[in-house]
Amino acid sequence: MKRIKTISDLEVIRKSILAQRDPEKTTIRMCLSTGCRAKKSIKVISALENELNNHNLHEKVGIKKTGCHGFCEMGPIMVIEPANIFYRQVTSEDIADIVAETISKANVVNRLLWKDSRTKEYTKTEQELPLYKKQKKHISYNSGKIDPTDIEDYIAANGYSALCKALSSMKPAEIVETVIASGLRGRGGGGFPTGIKWRICSEAPGDIKYIIANGDEGDPGAFMDRSLMEGDPHRIIEGMIIGAYAIGASRGFIYVREEYPIAIEHLSLAIQQAEKYGFLGRNIFNTGFDFTITINKGAGAFVCGEETALMISIEGKSGTPRSRPPYPAFEGLFGKPTVLNNVESFANIPKIISEGADWYSRIGTGNSKGTKIFSLVGKVRNTGLVEVEMGTTLREIIFDIGGGIRKNRQFKAVQTGGPSGGCIPISKIDMPVDYDSLREAGAIMGSGGMIVMDETSCMVDIARYFLNFLLFESCGKCVPCREGLKQMHHILTNICEGKGEKGNIETLTELGHFMISTSMCGLGATAPNPVLSTLRYFHDEYVAHIYDKKCPAGVCKNLFEYMIDETLCNGCTLCKVKCPEKAVSGEKKKPHVINTEKCIKCGICYNSCKRKAVLVI
Amino acid sequence: MNIERVDHILEKHEYKHSAIISIMQDAQGIENYLSEDTLRYISEKMELKLTRIFDIATFYKTFSLVPRGRHTIRVCCGTACHLGGAVKNLEQIQRKIHIQEGETTDDRMFSLETVNCLGACALAPVMVISEDYYDAVNPGNIEEILSPYRSGPEV
Repeated sequence: MKRIKTISDLEVIRKSILAQRDPEKTTIRMCLSTGCRAKKSIKVISALENELNNHNLHEKVGIKKTGCHGFCEMGPIMVIEPANIFYRQVTSEDIADIVAETISKANVVNRLLWKDSRTKEYTKTEQELPLYKKQKKHISYNSGKIDPTDIEDYIAANGYSALCKALSSMKPAEIVETVIASGLRGRGGGGFPTGIKWRICSEAPGDIKYIIANGDEGDPGAFMDRSLMEGDPHRIIEGMIIGAYAIGASRGFIYVREEYPIAIEHLSLAIQQAEKYGFLGRNIFNTGFDFTITINKGAGAFVCGEETALMISIEGKSGTPRSRPPYPAFEGLFGKPTVLNNVESFANIPKIISEGADWYSRIGTGNSKGTKIFSLVGKVRNTGLVEVEMGTTLREIIFDIGGGIRKNRQFKAVQTGGPSGGCIPISKIDMPVDYDSLREAGAIMGSGGMIVMDETSCMVDIARYFLNFLLFESCGKCVPCREGLKQMHHILTNICEGKGEKGNIETLTELGHFMISTSMCGLGATAPNPVLSTLRYFHDEYVAHIYDKKCPAGVCKNLFEYMIDETLCNGCTLCKVKCPEKAVSGEKKKPHVINTEKCIKCGICYNSCKRKAVLVI
Repeated sequence: MNIERVDHILEKHEYKHSAIISIMQDAQGIENYLSEDTLRYISEKMELKLTRIFDIATFYKTFSLVPRGRHTIRVCCGTACHLGGAVKNLEQIQRKIHIQEGETTDDRMFSLETVNCLGACALAPVMVISEDYYDAVNPGNIEEILSPYRSGPEV
């Protein structure tokens, strides 16, 4: 392979790749990302390969193993091109029908199409799905379409042309100014302007500088970074190379959680391929610019998502944060000026360079530009990854794209920003989603987790859940975080166990504000957010727990019982059959009874009853 | 301890002090835990204080200083899984195999761990046994999921 040195080299290669491809050829795109793999998509692919071989179709039909399509809940996902037919929950047993009907006769297999549970209508193509219709895929466009292990696929989709443009026609300072003008803000949580960070670092004194991509996606409920790293690793690498050139770094690091083995595999492969093509290594594009990237595997410490802790971890130590200043742009990794951005921030860079800052800054709202990928999960009908323009309202995301709440239950809240974020209630459902509106509502953008809750979600329990999470993840270095979390968690546990007392709410509020103003790093300074935001919007639930000793949502075990309403129960026996502890008794067609001594309150009866006869008392 | 394999790992990382976490991760891959002998050996070979190695081994959640069972059950406790009933699932598993989080059964068949988030939130609640993912777990199907592993072949 000849190393690519100029724009025309890249164009020649891109054209030769495209010339070998027939856009009309039947191609089956199959997702091999974590979600679909968990649902046995590898087995489905080998069944498909066998079936195509048996029918002598293996040359006529191509198979593309892609990254995440976003509709993970419906995995394994298969899309058949050029008609773009979208099949969901495909199993090995379906393969014979797919080949016999769709591949051979162009007939659609209805049972594999996505069906709207309310209208009972089938959707045939990917672009018609409600989950995809309102999305604006600028960053996640390739994921699910290209083979992430093949650099040629990325080049064919105009990959590395932004890098070419940047290195051959732009000065480093020009790139920095373009990124500033685009208005891109950090996608990892804080929302600091990316270009400003680059400018500070590029102007910092020193010959050795570093650039780091933060792929330590620790926020529970967020998986957009995983999906990008698995599904389109070259985009992140391209963004990093441009960034390194702009700030004058010759070494880069990607810090990835070890819980993401496929992301690590795909990034490693992508780095090797980029080296082979001359996008990484020495004298890139004959500019004299050298740049290499190394991958560091995280080792299961949430706090290492914090920038100073992450750098200390790369240095081979226990990742505890240090106080700032000095900021990493002056004194970062190994004491050298360092830029650290989230992987999604880097994934935005190629598009900003190729389309220009003007184009980019027209997308989004006043202070929040571009699109953002959210992981829409929880009690919502359609769960998965969604990329929308900044400023899209919560209602559009949850009800139009997400299809509303499951089981026709009531929307209660949406939690954004992970353990540093907050819960937003129904009264704010028409709020535009951008950095500033979220902050005003007591939550944050964070990395983009959006967890939808319904009437069966207890807000006190959720607050306790996040504090419990942070209690274990706090590094213990500074007192406000270490002790504050412990005390707040202790109080919340008491409340959830029915031992809440008068004055608890006031103490929680006081401790929360104290932690915010005195903790050393972002972990402690944002840790009280889940408590304070639930106190702000769901004060009644705290009161019910503390004073009435009741958990209205039926989550806190000491504070409720399940009971069957005799007038509603028709004795269908479903709950009796499903109860793992055999705690339900009753004759067929007669009202059933729950033995509260035996009941473990697992909620299976409550969730399975079609007549809503199981009550939370 | 397999000295040959540990040596190979140390050479691969060129005995670099900054690579100590990767070295320990790779070394743990050999026996699925880090024995005291292994830690002492690495410390000696790398001329790195044992206290620093022990600090890392106890700071990062991935490292285990005690042998793990044949199958590690990892229950995801991310937010989506929590809302979906991860706690109830964890309690049911505890009832079924009679160990708590962080423990290993007497017959060394199962170790039970929780993880912050596996990033498979759309499949919540999720758990992983060895390398196998299970989605939409509930207290009613846990026994069914566990039983093939109870008498499974050697791994």
